[in-house]
Parts: sequence; structure tokens; C-alpha cells
Amino acid sequence: MRGREKRRVIHPLVLRITHWLNAFAIVMMIGSGWQIYNASPLFGFTFPITIGQWLGAGIAWHLAMMWLLVGNGLVYLIWTASSGHWRKLVPPGPKAIWRDMKLALTFRLSHETGAYNAVQRLLYCGVLLAGLVVVLSGLAIWKPVQLWPLCNLFGGYFAARYVHFFAMSAIVAFLVVHLTLVALVPKVLPPMITGGRQ
Amino acid sequence: MNRRQLLLRAMALGLTPGLEGCNYDDPNHPDLADKFLHAMSAWNDRVQAALFNPHTLAPTFRPDQITMPPRFNAFYDISQAPVVDETSYKLQLGGQIADKTPWSLAQLRALPQEDQITRLVCVEGWRVIGQWGGVPLGQFLHRVGADTTCRYVSFQCADGYYSSIDMASALHPQTLLALSFLGQPLSPAFGAPVRLRIPTKLGFKNPKNLVQLAVTNIYPGGYWEDQGYNWFSGS
Repeated sequence: MRGREKRRVIHPLVLRITHWLNAFAIVMMIGSGWQIYNASPLFGFTFPITIGQWLGAGIAWHLAMMWLLVGNGLVYLIWTASSGHWRKLVPPGPKAIWRDMKLALTFRLSHETGAYNAVQRLLYCGVLLAGLVVVLSGLAIWKPVQLWPLCNLFGGYFAARYVHFFAMSAIVAFLVVHLTLVALVPKVLPPMITGGRQ
Repeated sequence: MNRRQLLLRAMALGLTPGLEGCNYDDPNHPDLADKFLHAMSAWNDRVQAALFNPHTLAPTFRPDQITMPPRFNAFYDISQAPVVDETSYKLQLGGQIADKTPWSLAQLRALPQEDQITRLVCVEGWRVIGQWGGVPLGQFLHRVGADTTCRYVSFQCADGYYSSIDMASALHPQTLLALSFLGQPLSPAFGAPVRLRIPTKLGFKNPKNLVQLAVTNIYPGGYWEDQGYNWFSGS
């Protein structure tokens, strides 16, 4: 037992819980958001898969799950700021990104357990930024009158819908890369459930 | 939702009296998810009431920003919009109102009017800008001696549509009993003879072709609200 305690946990409990709650919330938000999008598409397509069988259900899910997404996100941000976890996320310089990107694209970038390489840092910072934009633009769409300064920040209600859509698209793009990388390096998955030791 | 789906939904509702309000997905089987969504929707009503600032005005627009041609929207085709005889028309008043004498269109037009060019945001996501004129609802409620400590103002329409709003939103200075649209008296499709125009709420909270207005403390619900749209639906 003593030996185990000395070994460091790869993913602390708070990180694991917020990760999986966020995974659930983000899937619910994207699925119900697609249902809402389909009621008045911004582009010449609709989404074939949605959560909620009609607009009323889609909105109900979206406005229920937003509390989980935002509440859980705040817990994560407060924990990240206070635990020192933020140091792992400091955006890398362009040199490091270039180096790790080349390694990653040629499948030579090694995965160091418990540390984020430059590509990971870039992706995580990017998706956190997209998360911030998607929440703020969502609030602007939900309350364009009461939160009018926020709505104006996004260029008004009409523009805010596009910002919300593209922020969602960025998150979906991240998810594709994220899940692809997990599929390529499956050993990273168990520690996100058990915590893992190194 | 297309008309066929709506018809099926209406039939399902008619077949299951007593289950209204539980049909997010399947009106016949309100499940755990439905109960969860209802609880969250009620919570969101409370949050929106707290967020509502009676002094915050909805943005107004220039005449050249008005959406042309105007966009018709209802749960039926434009050809089926109810035509109300304006000469015999009376707006009925009900509930906690001291003077429930019905109002003719001429009497309503004789009251002080206000004009606004505001944005109507539909629950579906699209938005249009239009010009509405009419009697501020708050002034009208005070004039007829409504008990403004009540929680709800409810509306009944000539086409069977109904809706209700909270008293704070009813007293907002931009909430109108609208009589005109784009500088002309309302046409049947756009709500003749009288409609509610409330730019601090979503489009479906702007009932058209009003026949009755009532003030009450008993939750009146609404046509879409009873099917699952959030009741407060503030902007």
C-alpha cells in the first residue's frame, strides 16, 4: 500500500468526474442543439441525428443540460486554477507546436503519461476557448434583450447564432481528433476512469 | 413541425384527457425524462423571472431595417387565419379586473397609442423586424382596474390558440395590445383585430386575434406551453 501511495495519480478524481460529466453534458447539448438548428437551419442542411424528437423536446433538453455543462465547467475551472493543474495547460510556443505537430502527423509523437505535449496543449486550450465562446454566445441567443450587451458583443442576435454554430463545430472537430487519438493510443483510456498510477 | 404531425399530436391530446403537459416525446407515456424536463423548465421559469429587468428595453430598429415582406407564422396555413367581424368585435375581460365591460375596436383605437419597431424572435431561431402600434398593456390594465398583484395575464384567441404571461412582463412599457402592423390596421393573418406584441418574449408568446384577456393567479398555460415549450420564454 505504501508503495502505491507514493506513486502519483495520473488523473486526479476531480478531473475524472468533471471529464465524464462534461462528456455526457456536451453530447446532450450538441444532440439537442442539432434538433433546435433543424427547426431553422442556418445552412442548406439539417442534422440526421438529434436528441429530442421535436423542437420542444430539443429545447427542453438544451436548457436543462446547460446547467450541468456550465456548473460542471465552473467546478473544473476553479479546480484547474486552484490545484496548479493550469500549469500543464499553458499554451506552448510556436516552435514546440511545430515540432510536436510534425511528430504527431508522422505518428512519431510519443505519449508521455500525465504530461501534455504541445499538440495536446494547443487542442485543450482551443477547446476550452470554444467552450467559453459556445456558452457566452448561447446566453446571448437565449437572452438577447436582458443580456443585450453580451448579444451586441457577438454582433447581435442574428450573428450570435452563427458564432454559436461555429463554436459547436469547433468542439465537434476537437471531439473527432480527441476520439481518434484515444483509438490510436487506447492505453490512455483506463486512467481517465480509474485514475491510474505512474 | 408540419401540419400532419400537429394533427396527429392534437388527436393524441384529444384521446388522452388529463395528460396534457407531459408530452415532450410521447403524450401517452410521460416518463422519468419528461418529469425531469418539466422540473428543469419550471426552474428556468424562476431564473428568467429573476433575470427579467422591467427597465431593460428590447432593442428598436430603423424603418429601413423592417423585414419585407413580413413573415406569416401560425400552426396552420395563412389561408386559414380567422377572420373576425370588426364591427361587432368586443374584447372580453375576465378574472381579477374591476371593470369587465368589453371593449370595442373603436374604443381601443381611441386610447393613447404607441408605436415600436422591434425584433420578433421565433422559438425556431429565426427573427424578423416589424413595426407595431397599439395600447400599452400596462396602461390598459390600470385603466380597467386589473389587480396587478396577480401573477398571470392570459389570452384567448379566435383560432383556439391561447397563451399567458407573467404580470411583470405584462406591465413592461413595450408590451402592447397591438392594433396596427407596418402602419396599417392588423390584417387577419397578422392578428386582427387585436394581438399581443411583447418584444421581451419569444414569438409564440405574442398571441394573435385576441378575443379575451384575463388576470388570474391560477396558472393558465398555453397552446405550445402545454406541449412542452418553456412557459416564461423571455428574450
